[in-house]
Amino acid sequence: MTTLESPPSGYIGTRMLRREDPRLLTGEAKYTADLDIPGALHMAVVRSPYAHARITNIDLSGALAMPDVVAARTGADLQEKWATPMPCAWSVTEDMLNPPHFPVAVDQVNYVGDAVAVVLARTEAAARDALERIVVDYEPLPAVVDLEEAMADTVLVHPDLGTNKAYTWELVIGAEAVDAAFAEAAFTVKERYLQQRLIPMAMEPRACAAVPQPFGGDVTLYSATQIPHILKIMVALTLGVPEHQVRVVAPSVGGGFGSKLDVYAEELLCVALALDLRVPVRWVEERTENAQATIQGRGQIQDIELAADADGRLTAVRVELVGDMGGYLQLITPGIPLLGAFLYAGVYDLPQAYSFRCTGVFTTLTPTDAYRGAGRPEATYAIERAMDRLAQVSGIDPVELRRRNFVKAEQFPYTAMTGLVYDSGDHDAAMTKALELVGYDDLRAEQQRRRDAGDPRQLGIGVSSYFEMCGLAPSRVLASLNYTAGGWESATVRITPTNKVQVISGATPHGQGHETSWSMIVADRLGVAPEDVEVLHSDTAISPLGLDTYGSRSLAVGGVAIYQAVDKVIDKARTIAAHLMEAAEEDLEFEAGTFSVRGSPDHSLPLAAVAFEAFTAHNLPDGVEPNLEAQVTYDPPNFSWPFGTHICVVEVDQETGAVDVVRYVAVDDCGNQINPLIVEGQVHGGVVQGLAQALFEEAVYDDDGNLTTSTLADYLVPAASDVPSITTASTITPSPTNPLGVKGIGEAGTIGAAPAVINAVVDALAPLGVTDVAMPASPQNVWSAIRSARSAGGAR
Amino acid sequence: MEITITVNGVEHRSDVEPRTLLVHHLRDELRLTGTNIGCDTSSCGACTVHIDGESVKSCTVLAVQADGREITTIEGLADGDRLHPMQEAFRQCHGLQCGYCTPGMVMAAVSLLEENPHPTEREVRLGLEGNLCRCTGYHNIVKAVLACAGGELAAPGEVVSA
Repeated sequence: MTTLESPPSGYIGTRMLRREDPRLLTGEAKYTADLDIPGALHMAVVRSPYAHARITNIDLSGALAMPDVVAARTGADLQEKWATPMPCAWSVTEDMLNPPHFPVAVDQVNYVGDAVAVVLARTEAAARDALERIVVDYEPLPAVVDLEEAMADTVLVHPDLGTNKAYTWELVIGAEAVDAAFAEAAFTVKERYLQQRLIPMAMEPRACAAVPQPFGGDVTLYSATQIPHILKIMVALTLGVPEHQVRVVAPSVGGGFGSKLDVYAEELLCVALALDLRVPVRWVEERTENAQATIQGRGQIQDIELAADADGRLTAVRVELVGDMGGYLQLITPGIPLLGAFLYAGVYDLPQAYSFRCTGVFTTLTPTDAYRGAGRPEATYAIERAMDRLAQVSGIDPVELRRRNFVKAEQFPYTAMTGLVYDSGDHDAAMTKALELVGYDDLRAEQQRRRDAGDPRQLGIGVSSYFEMCGLAPSRVLASLNYTAGGWESATVRITPTNKVQVISGATPHGQGHETSWSMIVADRLGVAPEDVEVLHSDTAISPLGLDTYGSRSLAVGGVAIYQAVDKVIDKARTIAAHLMEAAEEDLEFEAGTFSVRGSPDHSLPLAAVAFEAFTAHNLPDGVEPNLEAQVTYDPPNFSWPFGTHICVVEVDQETGAVDVVRYVAVDDCGNQINPLIVEGQVHGGVVQGLAQALFEEAVYDDDGNLTTSTLADYLVPAASDVPSITTASTITPSPTNPLGVKGIGEAGTIGAAPAVINAVVDALAPLGVTDVAMPASPQNVWSAIRSARSAGGAR
Repeated sequence: MEITITVNGVEHRSDVEPRTLLVHHLRDELRLTGTNIGCDTSSCGACTVHIDGESVKSCTVLAVQADGREITTIEGLADGDRLHPMQEAFRQCHGLQCGYCTPGMVMAAVSLLEENPHPTEREVRLGLEGNLCRCTGYHNIVKAVLACAGGELAAPGEVVSA
């Protein structure tokens, strides 16, 4: 395959402003809750106040007696509606335990927020009022909150399963080599890291509306979802409705970050009730419901061990993971730790000596699932924190230690010990650039000055280098991981009679600016203006084929599909042009929207003329179908492997534990960039989400399984005043596996950020003997780390 | 209760339930859905509008309290097809991604510059701390507000460089 050595000239690579913006800036954009749906009933959901309980009785009569209430249903009432339980598409092992999970609980609730009953009313206010008139009797059961207690199986979340362990999954490469490496190692480190649970908190809470067409049984589901295509299939299967009778539309979607990559109870309920009552049914999530009943992210205990030789070169990595599944398995809950399993050696040249084992356990908490990065930030955090610990233990500077271990630029394409092939990279270049931008040597001097002076505000410098496995995904690799679907993406490109271009993509944006980026790619190739390119998406009736947006896949998979579809359109146009021009196809050049005969540029025909001829079909070559259009389904031959180095500089007040981020440099390499403005925006947002895990955010549960951070007043999504400006820069190492030379960028910032921040905090406190600080590094957690280091014997 | 409010220059007379929040009145009765709802604790600022020229989270005000007041929502900010300079600044600086916080953020930013026409970066960050964004990391929002204050915007349609 040929790869562009550098981006083609034209629109690609420019900072084109987004075409999506005017409608978003003026309030014209319609999110799901904004839709006008005449006659819709409003649904509200009764949710369990207990983390674990048996339902003994439900009395709906109080609600049903209210004037605007139309209907109410319990889980038992609804049970006949479901052809299958709610879907989990990733059985990571043959014997994985997956307890039945229904949209409304029937006998037992398994987390605070689990649905118990629903009520439908003529207004949203009446539906919410009615919740208070539904009486549910519970017999409380003990909560299972702590992961290690869950592992011990003393209290079973789902007694029928006989255990809380959903599965154990292993990836062991050279078991004997691992043991030998640890036996012979000059240095070893053994660390435990806790990935606290995070609440994704997309600014738009979830919302959905089902509009039935009662005669015939068709139904349209509008939903604030990342995955209209997958949702359509799952709605059909779960309700036993023929797939062709379901249409799913994702209107403007206000952020997802993985939390809208799921099939949710409320979506299934709206469809089931709309079909049942033959009227539209809609639901809008409140923020507290969002915190409790939309999936959460992370939630892992990571035990990581590194073995290294006397030069600090890694010789083996061993990882034991416990993953918190929550009360049920959602769409891809069990697979999240597996997405990280391939990245615990980070960016380093590890020999075939790797052992990874993960156990997924049930707790009586909100289910977990994909949250920005999904397994990969956790893995990167563990290896990058452990590398800093190895630097401490070996006395090697953390930058130097990383450089010694990097997979070198000349080793690419690099076959990792896992068998995966890293497409391209130059970690040294990214590191060098980041060090220059941050002024590393000067900072180390300033740090030493403050240490010598006993300054209470100590400086810390944290480095992290990452690889991201994204652009999900080669379908055959997904098959080897027991994932139910493939990883392709679809695109259709069509030229209309007036030489406008329609692009139909199976990628489904929710803030990423696809319409802008796709129009740039197409405009460059076809020689049309970007504003003449119409981009259609996110409606299964308009774009029936798609696998949606997550895993930093839209450009590296969906964008490439568009690029290839354009090529097919040009090929067809060339055939028609050759016929019209009475020239041989191979003699025709296509440049800037015009076909011309090589060597005689005056003999030319614009694409517009070819498009019109293709439309009228008056004079086409024999066997050529009318119209200029092509459809491509692209299955990527490999993941894409963006990489980079982030450096965070913090001041830590040793007296109060307060952490202040004073500098943040992100050098990311996502190959060729279609629109650097959008790339930078993705990095900014990603970095702040990673930084927020490091410093602010935690879903806190009490011992009874109550979420005590269920509002934006308690859960610390950072505000503008809490975060710094970010210095972004890039190196450009094109991917050789796709013709655009692109890689994903949606999750990179989040992956690089958390370890850089915590490495900086720990670096600031290292002279006190601090070797780790728990996330989030709140003043309380920092102060605790200082205090325990002091009581353990103080300064090194 | 009967109230009369002027929204984006148009007078509306309505009969509202006393408990109705202004944001629900704007969205559900007047069908001005540009003003978004992102929380239930007045924390996120997505519903920020101007009441008599001052930025207010419209979930903290009852519709009846707005009786006789002039309200501007995001739908009333642009001048026909011309974006307000703050909207233009957000566009040129890529200060929005999913757009959900954007109406409230823009309304808050307009009000911020009216109170402090030449803020420092820190003042912008502090001035917007009642408005949450999950996509942008605030970097380009802050940049947009500073660019708007400094009159550094390119003419609409012109491509700005880094």
